[in-house]
Parts: sequence; structure tokens; C-alpha cells
Amino acid sequence: MSEKEPLLKIRGIETHYGKIIALRGVDLDVHEGEIVTMIGANGAGKSTLMMTICGTPQASTGTIQYAGEEITRMPTHEIMRKSISQSPEGRRIFPRMTVLENLQMGAECAGHKDFSGDLKKVFDLFPRLKERQQQRGGTLSGGEQQMLAIARALMSRPRLLLLDEPSLGLAPIIVKQIFEAIAELNRSDGLTVFLVEQNAYHALKLAHRGYVMVNGAITMSGTGKELLAREDVKAAYLEGGRH
Amino acid sequence: MEYFLQQLINGVTLGSIYGLIAIGYTMVYGIIGMINFAHGDIFMVGAFIALILIVALGLTAATPLLLLILALGLVLVIAMALSAAWGWTVERVAYRPLRGSFRLAPLITAIGASITLQNYIQISQGARNKPLQPLFSGGFTLAEKTSEQGTFAVQISYMQIMIIVTTTVLMVGFTLLINKTSLGRAQRACEQDRKMASLLGVNVDRTISLTFVMGAGLAAVAGLMFLLYYGVIDFYIGFLAGVKAFTAAVLGGIGSLPGAMLGGLLIGLIETFWSGYFSVEYKDVAAFSILAIVLIFMPEGLLGRPEVEKV
Repeated sequence: MSEKEPLLKIRGIETHYGKIIALRGVDLDVHEGEIVTMIGANGAGKSTLMMTICGTPQASTGTIQYAGEEITRMPTHEIMRKSISQSPEGRRIFPRMTVLENLQMGAECAGHKDFSGDLKKVFDLFPRLKERQQQRGGTLSGGEQQMLAIARALMSRPRLLLLDEPSLGLAPIIVKQIFEAIAELNRSDGLTVFLVEQNAYHALKLAHRGYVMVNGAITMSGTGKELLAREDVKAAYLEGGRH
Repeated sequence: MEYFLQQLINGVTLGSIYGLIAIGYTMVYGIIGMINFAHGDIFMVGAFIALILIVALGLTAATPLLLLILALGLVLVIAMALSAAWGWTVERVAYRPLRGSFRLAPLITAIGASITLQNYIQISQGARNKPLQPLFSGGFTLAEKTSEQGTFAVQISYMQIMIIVTTTVLMVGFTLLINKTSLGRAQRACEQDRKMASLLGVNVDRTISLTFVMGAGLAAVAGLMFLLYYGVIDFYIGFLAGVKAFTAAVLGGIGSLPGAMLGGLLIGLIETFWSGYFSVEYKDVAAFSILAIVLIFMPEGLLGRPEVEKV
């Protein structure tokens, strides 16, 4: 995109789980205002990359810079206080807290600047959550939990939103709603989004740019349209999975 | 009836002390899933700190009442602060380095920390009983019954009132802290999903430390009350009181705050009633038998939640 320094700049990241190597030298840029997606099969290392950005686990080699600052060796809670937030794999809603309390947890590192204003914003985005405010997180349906996970991540007013498989296990109509919400946030607030997906068709249509990860390394990159048009991407990630 | 009422008062008093200690067990278990076996000894250290302060300030029953109450308030605050520092240190030295290690490792260091605290007090304070003259005497007579055997009066002493009131206030305050404040929310978040809590900017290590600090503070309150109520302590009181309070926490449902309070109360009542109606010798047997029976039918305890809560 621009010549400006990217908001998130990843260079040569390797991550190990014990002796097993999960990421093998990943380079990746996310510029301010972009939606960038990473697609890849189960176990390719997408979620590991997501968590490595947040410092849990920490990368064994390589550097991660956010807004010009090196965050590779920072403890997770400090990284997350730098206007990065994540809606992680498996949603990780606090099951024994109410919807409202989950959202309060999300606002924690923003220091409650304008809690009720932020709350209104996410309720406008996901009206279902408003109805379910006092319900415990564990009792929500999968789609509602996904909405809550994204809403919780938005409560800290992030500059960079990391989304790990927001479409997993959801009905197509809900997936559509969620992807529309992401596009809307990007358009109206200029929110930068890094999205990891198995649902390659939707993700590539939504994103400005995309990367393909295979076995812990990036094998292809390009604009969403370019990747969608490529025969090998079609064959590997889009066959039969159009909706 | 009068006799029953008297036992009830005594039981609630004892149960209050157990409940305060049990909170420390249940909170630590809730947040890191381990039994802090040194917790009973923190209670004992709290009692010793209180005793030293009371002697140093020269408090006796002759001290004017208002001054005595103020001074005891000061003793309470200092004892809580110093015990909290002990609780923090134990976590820092014995448990934090082993986080992420296999489950039994912190259990072993917990026993080690318990023995260390006991021996430290034994050596620095001596192994003999430490008596304290009663600071408060008297109380209210609630009822009286005269029969051929003489007069039986149901009494609630000022000391008992003080223990029950303080405990109630602390438990209400503590429940509010856990349920309504952002610190309490952070603690519950760490309890439910530590990794997610850190992804939301919660400093998990600090939150765990604070949990130990709070538990130790409450144990110190229990220590002061035990000292004032029984008038004698030694370096070994933490063991039995700790086991009882742990039992209370399990009975109520380990990990559950109201459970710990209820469990403490029940263990106190069972012990007192058994001693009052059957025999003092078997009071511990009674308490533990009830625990065993409850756990057979309700493995998660009275107010505990079932282990599996998957969505």
C-alpha cells in the first residue's frame, strides 16, 4: 500500500512448542487501515502466529514491531495494553461471567474512558448482545459467543484487531453478519484488522490483502482478488467451500 | 432449649474463624488450582504477630475500653499487613517459580513452606504455649433457666459479638470486592481462563499475588480472633485450624466463596454441637465424617459447581 512504516511488522519469526517448530520464519506486514487475512489449513500455524504476536508463546527468533516499537519480548498483558486486541481461537468467553461482565473485562485496559459509550457502540453492532446482557457467557449460543468475543475485543478501542477464525462453526447467515460488521468497522472507524480464516472465500473477498500459510511458512501473498483468482488457491482452499 | 441456644452461639463463633481461614484456601484453589498448605501457618503467624503487638502495646483488661478497641484495631491492621507480606512471599518463593511445572510440585513446596513457617516460629518464639490474659470479659445474658440443678444462663460474650460482627462485615465487604470491583473481576477472569485474562491486559501474576495477599490478610484476622477467644496459642495451631478450614472449603465446594463461608460455619457448628451433646473427644471425627458423607453424595461440595462446564 503506502510507503509508510507498517502498523504491524513481523520479520523472520520462529516459534517452538518444546522441540516442535510451529512457525518457520514468517514475514508479514499489516498497514494502518487495512484488512489483512491469512488463510491456511488446520494446523498450518495460523493461530500460533496470532498468539505469538501477543507474546504467548514468545517467538524464539525474529522480531515483531507494533507502531514502530519492538514488542517481541514483552509480557502479554503489556502488549495487549498497546491498543492491540484479540478475539482468539475458540472464543474464550468467560463462561461464569455475564455478557456485561465479559465486556467490562474487555474495557479493563482502556481504563473505562467512556464505558457506556463504547457499550452502546458494540450493542449497536450486535443487538443480540444487548438482549443477553445479564446472561452468563457459558449459556450463549455459538454465534452469540462469537459476537461477544469480537465485542469484548472492541471494548478496549483497539487500533489493531486480531480475529482468529470468527466464522468457525457458525451458520452462514451469522458468518455474513459478522463479516459485514468487520467491514463496517474498517470502513467507518478505520480499524486495522488482521484476520485468520479457514473460510478462505469470505476472508479473501473481505480483505485488502492476503497471505497463505502452509506448514508454518508463508507460501503466497497478494491482494484478496489476486489470491481468489489463482488456480492453486482455488484448488487447495476453495473447492466446494464456497459458502 | 437454652443449652441448644448456647451451643449455637459458640458454634457460630468458631465457624466464623474457620470461615475466614477457608476463604484463603478456596480463593487460591480457584485461581491456580492448588491447595496452599501453608495457609494455616499464615493464620498462626498472624496470631503470633497480634500477640507480640498486644504485649508490646501493653494492652490488658485494665486498659480503658475505647483505647483498647482502637489499639486492637491498630493491631488488626498491622497483623493483616505483615501476614499479607508473608503470604506474598510464600507465593513468590515457593509457588510462582513452579507455575507451569507438574501439578504435584507446588503441593510439595506448599508442605515445605508450611514446615518452614512452623519451625521459624518455633525457633524464634519458643515452642511453649503463649498465654494471653483475657482482654474483654462479660457479655449479655440472653436467657436464664432455673431448675433443680441450678441456674443455666445463655450468654453471648462481648468477645463473641466482636468476632461474629467483624467476620460478617469482612465477608460482606469481601463478597462485594469480588463481585463488583475491577480487581474482583480480574480475579474471576484469571480463575476461569488465565490466558484470556492476559489477552485482555490483566497482569495475571500480579492478580495471583493479590489473591494470596487477601487470603493471608483474612487469615490474620482469624489469627487475632483465635488468640483473643482462646487466650493461648502455639506454633502448631495452624495445622489443625488449617485442616479444619480446608475441610470447610471442600465441604462448601472448593473454589466457591459463599461455599467457604457456609462450610466454615457448618464445621464450627458440627464440632460445637457434637462436643456439647456427645463427647469432646470425637468432635473432629464427627466433623470429618460429615465431610465424607457429603462428598459421597455431592462430590463438588454444597455450593460448588460441577467440574464440567463445557459449552
